[in-house]
Amino acid sequence: MTEPQPSPAKEVWITGIGIVSSLGEGLDAHWDAVNQKRINTEAQRYAPYIVHPLAPVSFDAQIPKKGDQRQMEAWQRIGTYAAGLALDSAGIKGNTEILGRTDMIVAAGGGERDLAVDLAIMNTDARGNSAPGFLNERLMNDLRPTLFLAQLSNLLAGNIAIVHGVCGTSRTFMGEEAASIDAARIALARIESGQSDIALVGAAHNGERSDLLVLYEFGDFNLTGEFAPVWARGGNSGFALGSAGCFLVLESREHAEARGAKPYARLAKVIADLANRKQPGAVTQSLQAMWPKLGVATDKASLITGATGVEPVTSEEKAFLAQHPGLAVRATGTIFGHTLETQFPLGLALAALSLSRGALFPPNDPTGLEVEMRGAPDQIVVMGAGHWQGEGMALVEAIK
Amino acid sequence: MSAPTDKFGRPIVVVTGMGVVTSLGAGKTDNWTRLTAGESGIRTVTRFPVDGLRSTMAGTIDFVSVDPVTSTGLTEKLAKMATEEALEQAAIGGKADFPGPLFLAVAPVEVEWPQRLAIGRETGKTEFTYDDVLRISGGGKFTEFHHRFMFGSVASHLAETFGTKGSPISLSTACASGATAIQLGVESIRRGEADAALCVATDGSVNPEAMVRFSLLSALSTQNDPPQAASKPFSKNRDGFVMAEGAGAMVLESYQSAKARGAKILGVVAGCGELTDSFHRTRSSPDGKPIIGCMRKTLADAGLEPEQIDHINAHGTATPENDKMEYNTTAVVFGDHLPKIPVSSNKSMVGHTISAAGAVEAVFSLLTLEHQRIPPTINYEIPDPAILFDVVGNKARDARVTAVMSNSFGFGGQNASLILTREPA
Repeated sequence: MTEPQPSPAKEVWITGIGIVSSLGEGLDAHWDAVNQKRINTEAQRYAPYIVHPLAPVSFDAQIPKKGDQRQMEAWQRIGTYAAGLALDSAGIKGNTEILGRTDMIVAAGGGERDLAVDLAIMNTDARGNSAPGFLNERLMNDLRPTLFLAQLSNLLAGNIAIVHGVCGTSRTFMGEEAASIDAARIALARIESGQSDIALVGAAHNGERSDLLVLYEFGDFNLTGEFAPVWARGGNSGFALGSAGCFLVLESREHAEARGAKPYARLAKVIADLANRKQPGAVTQSLQAMWPKLGVATDKASLITGATGVEPVTSEEKAFLAQHPGLAVRATGTIFGHTLETQFPLGLALAALSLSRGALFPPNDPTGLEVEMRGAPDQIVVMGAGHWQGEGMALVEAIK
Repeated sequence: MSAPTDKFGRPIVVVTGMGVVTSLGAGKTDNWTRLTAGESGIRTVTRFPVDGLRSTMAGTIDFVSVDPVTSTGLTEKLAKMATEEALEQAAIGGKADFPGPLFLAVAPVEVEWPQRLAIGRETGKTEFTYDDVLRISGGGKFTEFHHRFMFGSVASHLAETFGTKGSPISLSTACASGATAIQLGVESIRRGEADAALCVATDGSVNPEAMVRFSLLSALSTQNDPPQAASKPFSKNRDGFVMAEGAGAMVLESYQSAKARGAKILGVVAGCGELTDSFHRTRSSPDGKPIIGCMRKTLADAGLEPEQIDHINAHGTATPENDKMEYNTTAVVFGDHLPKIPVSSNKSMVGHTISAAGAVEAVFSLLTLEHQRIPPTINYEIPDPAILFDVVGNKARDARVTAVMSNSFGFGGQNASLILTREPA
């Protein structure tokens, strides 16, 4: 009996990046914004809660049919838009031969509610005059029939398939921040092993939702009062929800070269973990255990984290970073707010963008944890530790 | 022992443990007995008032209770029950120490109505806005609501209980989710990342809003009386699916590691395939090409010809569109061989377990292989003359079954198929 020899892992390139966020859309707008340390927050609309609202976007540019736009809620429009930008950036938009076999892994939450319907039912109930079957009748009469499709988690992928024709395979991962770490991990593993040649991976989040503020308020996670960068929140911990969509096109080097695609960077590694957070220090230990598996060549590397600003996890991240004092750290939570499933793709996108432009963007942190970095980075680590669970890291490398 | 790899040189993936819970009961024995006796688990819903609903029946699991009552809590409990049964059969790893990753198909999670109403009442007002609700939501009184209604909560609890390794993956591909969970497990073993994977699919979400949502899309049967007769796959008078709850769990292993530890092999996941339909959010492309492509990819992945399939465990939801489309596409793929393939839909008896269906039906497919007996499609009184399947109508049928194709199709253009076979000779 002979053992099959696993073929060597294929090299995986990031050949497309699409971002839309509170800072605008596209790579140039984001590169300029992070270099100018621009941050877009909104403190009035949900006061005392702070959010990072979506910059004005003309959805028609990527979702030409108004009928399609009407079938979606905001999170799906944001995601479908960002996915279109990523396909444009990879040069495969409209290429039905490639899109027909492009694998898709979307990390999604879901469930944008009809707040008016919900509130009316809640008010009636609170007045104590609801009969049996009252809830059924109100939902049957008041819910828009197609709202369900705008809420279903896998319908972001469904809309991307319909609007952009990405229809190889379609998988939706759920589970907050960890969902997109796993999406990147599985897409990478599939391409490395030859199970897939090309994949669209990403997520979208609408941070401008009262129902989401309520959900996170249950756990006292929302940032209130004064905005501060994530490292400077001190006693006023919390995250400011952000609106953003971010997608990446990943493909094997040979597939990219065969079609003459230009890479932004190489995705070398993605690792994920589920630390037992009942134990203090477990996140620090988890991150510490991942570090040697990444293959970081020097302690002078850069690291982009999706640190949330909530406690205790942010302090655990700081404890990990304190053990790697040479790292140039940047925090996407300061830049975009907290975008849950979208945070890790945003980190990967900024890493790939920085590597392709030969510079890391400047720090934006009054505490001094983030330091200047000179010269062109070769490797950037992307890190994520979810607000309540799920940890992961990726290594993104320059292609010379 | 035969070669540990398939004809493509990949590790063969076998099943060494299975668990199932449906409205017919808990466990493989009860389910198989009732399934082959043609019993229905569908009944009029008693869990909540059904006044004002167009469909009033479902395959609810009423013999399992959770406290506090939430769909997500029930979803988790069903998953645990199915997993315990699968792990006991597989006898793998130590207690709370499963030696591989978890792939969990689970319905999307959201705050549910009892909790939503509770926070409304907590405002202490009779007229309030969302700002009022926000003001009383923090401070620790509702911390449990946060944990319960995170999408990752079911998977992380299962990971903790069963000691699976690494980051557990929660996934949704709508009604194909269960098949996708198995596919992810197969892929990870084929990549050599793991020798074993725990694939679980679960759905306990029969609640008012879930029923209303499907009802508003005209997807549900409204033939409420008698409820057991509502689900009529392949019948001329079918009018929609019946919502149901359930869970299926499978321990997958590489053939090599299963053999090495002397595990009993229950079957092989010989092939998996999926292909997205970009035609419409809820309807299939009229030419059926994505479904045809999905089945062909699955045959190719298994290295089998259509003639080698001798049973199809159909998606068979009993919606007018699905069953017609499933027949038309299957006829293209199997051609002249189709009349020789007995076809059946478990959904006639257990209803549509949505996120769990792909795994529940994969378990039933393996039981079909084990017992060489095909469960019937009940309520098959008025065959649809446009659907020329050899439907195993109303009574179970003994048959030689060596390879089963199990199909799952879902909203959002999700198509997934599995091919299950007996232990390699």
